Amino acid sequence: MSHPSQAEINEQVKILFDEIFNRETPITKKQQLAIPPQMMPAQDENIRRHNLDEVAVGYSAEQARVEAMRCIQCAKPACIADCPVEINIPGFIKHIADNDFQSAIDVIKETSLLPSICGRVCPQETQCQLHCATGKFYKDVDKAVAIGRLERFVADWEREQGTITPPEAKPETGKKVAIVGSGPAGLVVAADVRREGHDVTLFEAFHKLGGVMRYGIPEFRLPNTIIDQEVSTLTKMGVKFQKNYVVGRTRKLLDLMKKDGFDSVFIGTGAGLPMFMGIEGENLVGVFSANEYLTRANLMKAYDEENSATPFYHSKNVAVLGGGNVAMDSARMALRLGAENVYVVYRRTEKEMPARVEEVEHAKEEGVQFLFLQNAKSIKGNDNSRVSGMECLRYELGEPDASGRRRPIVIEGSEFMLDLDTVIVAIGNGSNPLVSQTTPELDVNKWGNLIVDEKMKTSVDGVYAGGDIVLGAATVILAMGEGRKAAAAINEHLT
Amino acid sequence: MAKILHKEKLSADVYLMRVHAPLIVEERKAGQFIILQTDEEFGERIPLTIADANEDEGSITLIFQVVGKTTTELSQFNVGDDLPVLVGPLGKPTHIENFGKVVCVGGGIGVAPLHPIAQALRAAGNEVTTIIGARNKELIILEDEMRAIADNLIICTDDGSFGRKGLVTAPLKELCENEATKPDMVIAIGPPIMMKFCSLTTKPYGVFTQVSLNTIMVDGTGMCGGCRVNVGSDVKFVCVDGPEFDGHLVNFDNMMARLSSYKGIETESLHKCNVDKEFEAKVEEKK
Ligand SMILES: Cc1cc2nc3c(=O)[nH]c(=O)nc-3n(C[C@H](O)[C@H](O)[C@H](O)COP(=O)(O)OP(=O)(O)OC[C@H]3O[C@@H](n4cnc5c(N)ncnc54)[C@H](O)[C@@H]3O)c2cc1C
Ligand SMILES: Cc1cc2nc3c(=O)[nH]c(=O)nc-3n(C[C@H](O)[C@H](O)[C@H](O)COP(=O)(O)OP(=O)(O)OC[C@H]3O[C@@H](n4cnc5c(N)ncnc54)[C@H](O)[C@@H]3O)c2cc1C
Ligand code: SF4
Ligand code: SF4
Ligand code: FES
Repeated sequence: MSHPSQAEINEQVKILFDEIFNRETPITKKQQLAIPPQMMPAQDENIRRHNLDEVAVGYSAEQARVEAMRCIQCAKPACIADCPVEINIPGFIKHIADNDFQSAIDVIKETSLLPSICGRVCPQETQCQLHCATGKFYKDVDKAVAIGRLERFVADWEREQGTITPPEAKPETGKKVAIVGSGPAGLVVAADVRREGHDVTLFEAFHKLGGVMRYGIPEFRLPNTIIDQEVSTLTKMGVKFQKNYVVGRTRKLLDLMKKDGFDSVFIGTGAGLPMFMGIEGENLVGVFSANEYLTRANLMKAYDEENSATPFYHSKNVAVLGGGNVAMDSARMALRLGAENVYVVYRRTEKEMPARVEEVEHAKEEGVQFLFLQNAKSIKGNDNSRVSGMECLRYELGEPDASGRRRPIVIEGSEFMLDLDTVIVAIGNGSNPLVSQTTPELDVNKWGNLIVDEKMKTSVDGVYAGGDIVLGAATVILAMGEGRKAAAAINEHLT
Repeated sequence: MAKILHKEKLSADVYLMRVHAPLIVEERKAGQFIILQTDEEFGERIPLTIADANEDEGSITLIFQVVGKTTTELSQFNVGDDLPVLVGPLGKPTHIENFGKVVCVGGGIGVAPLHPIAQALRAAGNEVTTIIGARNKELIILEDEMRAIADNLIICTDDGSFGRKGLVTAPLKELCENEATKPDMVIAIGPPIMMKFCSLTTKPYGVFTQVSLNTIMVDGTGMCGGCRVNVGSDVKFVCVDGPEFDGHLVNFDNMMARLSSYKGIETESLHKCNVDKEFEAKVEEKK
C-alpha cells in the first residue's frame, strides 16, 4: 500500500481550490458534496519507518479550505452531539472556509482546551465524524468531513503564529488546589481552576509532564513539542508543577489537605496497571507490557541509542497482542527500533479493531503484518528463558455477544507456531491502584476505578477525580471532558 | 533537585551518599526505596534502597555498588551536586512485629537495605542474629553498624579472609537445626542467588523467610510491569506489591533470567552472571 506524495496532493488541491473559491456563481450543496475528501499528507512510509518524526504532516491552508467546503453546515448538526465536549463544529469550519483561521480557533477554544492534541488523537470515526451528513451521503464514514484534521490545522496554525496568549487568571482567591497527575485530565483542571484565581499545584510521579500523551503515545503521532506548548501556557498562567512526586507515597493524598493546606484535590492518575493474558510463558525474557516498551522508547528515549542510558531489547521478530491504539503504537515503534517482522495478533477481524482507522492504515503502509482471527495460546522460551516463539490458535466469528460484536470462537486443533524473539502485550490497562490503596477512604468499584458523583466528586469531601482513573482506559477527549466538569465543580466548591 | 550532602567510599566499588530529601525523610519506613536518575533527559531510572534517614539534616542515606552505567555515573557525583531526579519513598514498608527470634542475612551490598530493617526489628523487641556475607574482607560493609544492633553477629567470607570461611547458608542451616536457636523469621537480602539458597535452606525447617527482590524497574508505581515476578501461582509487581515476598514462593530462576534481559547490551551483566555461577558451583560443592 502506498500513500499519495505531497506533490501529488498539492497538484490536485490547486485545481479544486480554484474551482471552489474563484467561481462566478455561489456553490450549491450538490457541488459541495461532490468535492473529494482531502487526503492527509504523510511522510513517505519507507522513510518514516526509520524515524520518529510525525507521520501525518498536516493540511496546507488550501487543503483545509477545500475540506472545509465539504461541510454542508447542517441545521441540526449530528457532529456536535457526537463530540464529547460539543465543539461548535460547523461554526469553526465555516470560518476556515472563509479564510478566518483566528475566529475558527477561537470557536474551538470556547469548549476545548487541547485542540492540537485532540485533532491528532481523537477516534473521530466513532465520535464527531460518525454521523456526519457528508459521510452519510456517501454511506461511508471515511468520507465524512475531516473534522479532526481541520481542528488540528487551525490549532497548529495558531501555534505557528506564535500569538497564543495564556488566558488571564482572575485575582488571587487564596484557595489552594492540588492536582494529581499531568495527563489531559489534570492539565485541563489546572487551567480551568487557575483561571478562577485559585493557587494550583500539579503533582506528577514522573520527571516529565503529559501523562500517557508523553510516555505512551509516540512522537510520530503526537510530537512532544505540542505537549510542551500546553504545559508552558499553564506555567505562564501561574500553575506550579511538582515533578517526581508520587501522591500516596511521597505524601498521603489526604495529607495534602491536612498537612499542606490544600482546600481541594483532583485525582487524574489515569489507567496504567498493565493487563497480561495469563498464559504460559508470559514472564519469559522478551515479553513486555506495551507500557514498558513504549515508556522506554518515548519517555526514556531508548530510540536515541547514542544518548539514552535506557536499554532496549533488540528484536527481529515481534508479535503485538491486541487491536487498539496501544497495539498500533507498539507495533510501529518496534519497526522504528529496528525489528524486521512485526505482527499484530488480534482475535477478531479488522472491522472490530478499536484502533483509529488512520493508525491502522499507517501501520499497514509501514509494513506491520496483521494476523486476524488468531490469538496467543502460550509463549515458548529457549534455554536462557528468552522468547523463541508463540503458539497461536485460529478463531472464527460466531453469534453477536451482549456488546453486539460477533464473538470469536476457537477452532479446535488449529494450533500453529510463530517464530519470535519479542512479545508485546497490549490488551489494556486496569486502574492504577496506588492512590486508592494508600487512601482507604476513597470508594472504588470492582475494577478499582474511583467512584464519583455527577459532579466528579469522590466519596471524600473536597476530593474530585476524572479521566481514566474513573472511566477505565478511555480517550484523551473524554479525560479532558471529565476534567472540565470536575474543574467547574471544584470552582463551585471553593466559592 | 536533591543535593548531595555527604559522600564516602565504603569499599572498592561501594559508595555511601546522604542526599537532601526532607519529604522522603518524613514518610519513609524501613524496607522502602527510591528511584533516581543521573540525567533528566536521557538517564535510566534505577531503584536504590533507603538505607537510613537523618531527620535533623533532612537527608536519606543511599548505599550503592557500582555495577553499570548509572551507578558509575552516580559515583562521579560529588558533595554539593544535585541529583536531577529522585522520587520516593516507593514500595511497601517491611512488616515489623515482635516475631521472637529473627535472623537477618545480608549478602554483599544487601547489607545496606538490611540495616534499617534489622534496626526496626530490634526496636520491636526481637532477638536479632545477623549474618553478613561477602566475597572477601574488603567487601564487607556496615560491620560496626550491624554489630551495634545485633545480639549476635556472624561474618562469612568466601575466601576466609575474615570471619568464617564459606557461604551464609552454612550458619543459617546450623541455626535452623538447633531447636534452641531456630528462628521464628528469617529475612535475607542480597544477590538473587543468595536469597534463593537461603530460602532453600530454611524451607525444610518451615521457617518463614522473607526476601527483598531487586528486579529491573522503570516507573516504580505499578505502571510498566517490568518488575513482575512469579510468587506462588501469582504474578506480582515488586514496586507496589513488594519489594519483600515469601522466599519459599518466589520463582528465583525466572527472576534471575529477567534480570539479565538486557545482557549483551550492558556488558557488566557478564560479570554479575559469573558471580552467580561461582556461587551456585560453591553451593553444589558443599552438598
Ligand atoms: C499507547 C497509548 C495510545 C493511546 N492512543 C490514544 C489515541 O490515539 N486517542 C485517544 O484519545 N486516546 C489514546 N490513548 C488513551 C489516552 O491516552 C488516555 O485515555 C488519556 O491519556 C487518559 O488521561 P488521564 O488524564 O486520565 O491520565 P494519564 O494520561 O494516564 O495521566 C496520568 C498521570 O498521572 C501520573 N500519576 C499516576 N499516579 C500518580 C500518583 N500517585 N502521583 C502523581 N502522579 C501520578 C502518571 O504518571 C501520569 O502522568 C492511548 C493510550 C495509550 C497508552
Ligand atoms: C527495590 C530495589 C532496591 C535496590 N537497592 C539497592 C541498593 O540499596 N544498593 C545497590 O547497590 N543496588 C540496589 N538495587 C540494585 C540497583 O538498582 C542496580 O544495581 C542498578 O539499577 C544498576 O544500574 P546500572 O545502570 O548501574 O547498571 P546497568 O548498566 O543497568 O546494569 C548492570 C548490571 O546490573 C543488572 N541490573 C540492572 N538493573 C538492575 C536492578 N534494578 N537490580 C539489580 N540488577 C540490575 C543488569 O542486569 C546488569 O547485569 C536495588 C534494586 C531494587 C529493585
Ligand atoms: S474534540 Fe475530538 S471528537 Fe470533538 S470535534 Fe475535535 S476531534 Fe472531534
Ligand atoms: S454533520 Fe458533517 S456536514 Fe453536518 S455540520 Fe457537522 S461536519 Fe458539517
Ligand atoms: S517498576 Fe514499573 S510496574 Fe514496577
